[in-house]
Amino acid sequence: MSDHDHQPDGREAGGDEPDDAPVPLPLDGWHRAHGARMVPFAGHAMPLQYEGIIAEHLWTRESAGLFDVSHMGQLLLSGEGVAEALEALLPGDMAGLGEGRMRYSLLLAEDGGILDDLMVTRRGNGFHVVVNGATKYDDIAHLHEHLPEGVMLNHMDEQALIAVQGPKAVNALARLAPGVEGLSFMTAGAFRIDGVDIWVSRSGYTGEDGFESALPAAAATRIASLLAGQPEVKPAGLGARDSLRLEAGLPLYGHDLDPETTPLMAGLGFAIPKRRREQGGFPGHARLMLEREDGPAVRRVGVGVDGRQPVREGAVILDVEGAEVGRITSGGFSPTLQRPIAMGYVAAPLAAAGTPLTLGQRGKLFTGAVEPLPFVPHHYVRKGA
Amino acid sequence: MTLYFTRDHEWISVEGDRATVGITDYAQAQLGDIVFVEVPPAGATLDKGKEAAVVESVKAASDVYAPVSGEVIEGNGALESDPALVNTSPEEEGWFFRLALADPSELDGLMDADAYKAFVATL
Repeated sequence: MSDHDHQPDGREAGGDEPDDAPVPLPLDGWHRAHGARMVPFAGHAMPLQYEGIIAEHLWTRESAGLFDVSHMGQLLLSGEGVAEALEALLPGDMAGLGEGRMRYSLLLAEDGGILDDLMVTRRGNGFHVVVNGATKYDDIAHLHEHLPEGVMLNHMDEQALIAVQGPKAVNALARLAPGVEGLSFMTAGAFRIDGVDIWVSRSGYTGEDGFESALPAAAATRIASLLAGQPEVKPAGLGARDSLRLEAGLPLYGHDLDPETTPLMAGLGFAIPKRRREQGGFPGHARLMLEREDGPAVRRVGVGVDGRQPVREGAVILDVEGAEVGRITSGGFSPTLQRPIAMGYVAAPLAAAGTPLTLGQRGKLFTGAVEPLPFVPHHYVRKGA
Repeated sequence: MTLYFTRDHEWISVEGDRATVGITDYAQAQLGDIVFVEVPPAGATLDKGKEAAVVESVKAASDVYAPVSGEVIEGNGALESDPALVNTSPEEEGWFFRLALADPSELDGLMDADAYKAFVATL
């Protein structure tokens, strides 16, 4: 047998580390002790799966999965004028972000291309920023280059990040950290588990309710064991994380987003509030305004694929005449829906739900259609709900 | 009946000039959850070392190469609706195809169960 593709997540591996040897993360030994199959990912060794991707995926949808996302970059930005400095690099409303409020945002290049997608949370006088693992060193370099003097950037590489995701995540986490149940989607606060200070946000990358906890690396093994010891929780690996986020229609940087894509091409216009759109002052504002006027040339869409065979990243999208009109950027088999699903970019006129598409992969043609995202509904716990 | 194994993690069960082919337990464990299998149709001619079947797990697609040449007698139709049979019963119900051997001497040099086990231990 021979593999056609690398493991979907393995593709992010390497390249961003000065050294090719994987840098062990705080929970490395914990994963191995729990039977994980480890793979290189973003310059680290990460768990691909424990008992199996489908079982972990389905368990997360019905109960709660524990995901180690310590490979992600955690940055703390602070200092005089930090909100304004961030607004010069991101299209989000940083100045108006209240304590403990979290926003999805984008690091943009001058031409409006996406350098990374990230989460920003107001934390005291500063901002807690979580960036992708594969891009963290590039992001830090970009920030160092563009942030004014007086704004401090602290790469908190002594911190672990553990996500607990699923409808019963709240039951498990609230037992250990009473009060987290009071958070609503995209808010965060300081809590304690077993004497350890943790910073918890109600957020995630699966489409389910859930939490992400930042904590000192030294306590990571103990906290992971406490969390995984709750009856609702089982560890889940990168494989399930990828299939869950695909079902949830969430883009993955380096696959569905890159410097060639803009926020409007990617359907991420929600990350640019009215004030920023009107006032500008961030990279790519001119291109954004043009694309708002004329519409982007291509759009990110969901694609439902007929049959059972997955169509994956790199497959071409053809129109009825057989002309190439786009590319698949993520694809796989949906454990929840029990059928193949994908995401990709198509010429804007073909982006309407229901538009029939032909897909080409390794000399074989598939039929499918544009499908609304998400494939599986989100279950976020919003304020007042 | 004689059982042979290849370095590509296929097994071949031979009875006279008929052979049944599948992937090993080691292979299915490496692939993880299998969600799609495409087997060759009856009548197809397979050449040793050429693509014979496709197996896709949640995370990746892989080719299965014909370990020996021959004409396909039957593909395992059960895998179309239940590809996970390859995970649960790789060396029995999860067989891929049966074929009429074109050249039984192609079996020479393949591993037996003990040699394959020793080979897997080195991986």
